[in-house]
Amino acid sequence: MSQRHLLALFSNFDEAEQVIKELRNTSIKGFDVNNDLVVKSPIEHPEVEEMLGDKPVYVQWFTLFGALMGGLLGFFLISGAQANFYAQIKGGKPIVPFPPNFVLTYEMFILGGVFISILGFLICAGLPAKRSPLYSSKVSEDQIGILVKADDAAISTLKNIFTKHEALEIQEEAGK
Amino acid sequence: MKDINEDIAWAKINKDVLKSLESPRKLYWVILAVAIAMISVAVGCEVYQYNIGMGVSNLNNPHVWGLYIATFIFWIGMSHSGTLLSAILHLMHADWRKPIYRFAEAMTTFSLMTAGLFVMVHLGRLWQFYYSLPYPNDRGLWPNFQSPLLWDAMAIFTYLSSSILFLFVGMIPDLAICRDNMHDGWRKKLYTWLSLGWEGTDRQWRNFRITYLTIACFLIPLAVSVHSIVASDFAMSQQPGWHVTSFPPYFVAGALYSGCAAIITLFIILRYTFKFEEYMTLSILKKTVRLTFAIAMIWTYLNAIEFASVWYGHDQPSKDVLIQKATGPYAPFWWGMIFCGSVVPLILAFKRFQTNIPVLLVTSLLLNLGMWLERWMIVAPTFSHGYYPWTWDHNQWPSWVQWGIVFGSFGWFTLLFMVFCKVFPSVSMYEVKEMVYHRSRAAKKLEASGLQAKGAH
Repeated sequence: MSQRHLLALFSNFDEAEQVIKELRNTSIKGFDVNNDLVVKSPIEHPEVEEMLGDKPVYVQWFTLFGALMGGLLGFFLISGAQANFYAQIKGGKPIVPFPPNFVLTYEMFILGGVFISILGFLICAGLPAKRSPLYSSKVSEDQIGILVKADDAAISTLKNIFTKHEALEIQEEAGK
Repeated sequence: MKDINEDIAWAKINKDVLKSLESPRKLYWVILAVAIAMISVAVGCEVYQYNIGMGVSNLNNPHVWGLYIATFIFWIGMSHSGTLLSAILHLMHADWRKPIYRFAEAMTTFSLMTAGLFVMVHLGRLWQFYYSLPYPNDRGLWPNFQSPLLWDAMAIFTYLSSSILFLFVGMIPDLAICRDNMHDGWRKKLYTWLSLGWEGTDRQWRNFRITYLTIACFLIPLAVSVHSIVASDFAMSQQPGWHVTSFPPYFVAGALYSGCAAIITLFIILRYTFKFEEYMTLSILKKTVRLTFAIAMIWTYLNAIEFASVWYGHDQPSKDVLIQKATGPYAPFWWGMIFCGSVVPLILAFKRFQTNIPVLLVTSLLLNLGMWLERWMIVAPTFSHGYYPWTWDHNQWPSWVQWGIVFGSFGWFTLLFMVFCKVFPSVSMYEVKEMVYHRSRAAKKLEASGLQAKGAH
């Protein structure tokens, strides 16, 4: 069965919360609330996100990887360069001195952490992204959008729920 | 006095901030023209120095570091308060920072860019700048990784690139707002490209929140390390007056101090120029002023510690430099630094002046003058009165070329900053909405609990 998108706009988070609650409690054939529902909002709203269920964030793993790799790369790059001095007389001083090398290792640790965190953010947030099938600029202003994807058969039920909760506007993707 | 009006409509926030991108007050264009004129002076001086040689700057033994390095430290220091406002206060959930942190972050980025120029100008041989990059020469020898100067280059590169990324990531939701509201043209294309297709989905916000927090956590130790490393350029040398253990925290405090003073100046200018009276409120200004006062007192204390450790130490040459600063040819500037850095901020302790805009504008400029003098008084007197009496030279004065380039750097910073504020939203729209949303909810809750309590009675 073909699937279509619906976008409903609400004037506040309370209404949006009610809609999500109802969608979670109602079993609608052809619509999976965990995978087919996206909330779009002008500000971040952890409470609404909580209602959508447990959706883990993996950016911090990128951060850990980036920071460790940055630190290791920094340390081994410096140590490798200093190892060239094997050929030279160092007057009893260490060939790879740890305390001063720590400074650059630390800087590279942070550099790697920041750069790879951004990369992780882009990957995990799906950016850069193409415009989704339905979008309203009101979402970046003051309205909360609920975008759902459902089988044709479920569309009317979803529309009814949105209308019941006083959706300001309902956009519907044209049938294929 | 409220930080912000909680009843302000979200659509109005968008409208007001977007308007700032189009129609600033006339003062904006005046500032831009003055900035360009100042840059022209610096460009003229630099071209002259480039063609004739470093001799024209009057940087000669024993004065091998002069205004260029002093101003380099000044600009690096200036950058720190952007991090303080955006990262430290973000972690502390101080939501009053929200309307003003964006321009503070931009200040960080542009002051770092300005500082970077001074390294090049100081080198003199611009075409050989690449010598300082970490790569081996023909004999397979690498730069000295144990030198604070190399640490400096790496730390500043890390800080600059991380600050740009932090500024950019924090701006993505606002760029999407700009994209959605601009008419077709170069601006629309720019915002569409930079907003990366942001739509404010729950997935995007979830990842955004963690990323922003993570980078904020990285930026705080990074900012501290950057200025500690700049302090190490001095403290790890054996020069009298520089070999002081307290230099790194002293530098960091000085950095935060000058940055906070600059935030007050820019706050006042932006508030008027872009008509941000409703967002950059006097209550927020008051909080910034109090923060600046606290940092001013920390700096004063650390200054006293530095003097005391030199005075009561057994290093006679360092003591001689200190006496030389207070009584020699640099005395007017040294005492000027003490006056501007430690006496003038006492004005900020008075409630009636904490929201007095003309007084604050003059005070913040004086504070930054004091902080610039501080950097000069760190660099120059030590060179004039080193360990060996035959190197003493108390009367070498920076040439007009040095002064011209330093003067122009303020125009360069101003130009970059003002252009940024005209092209990108200098007030974070989504964060102001968050601030309004959470505050109005808290107020409603308070009201409801008050009514309940009344009912119980």
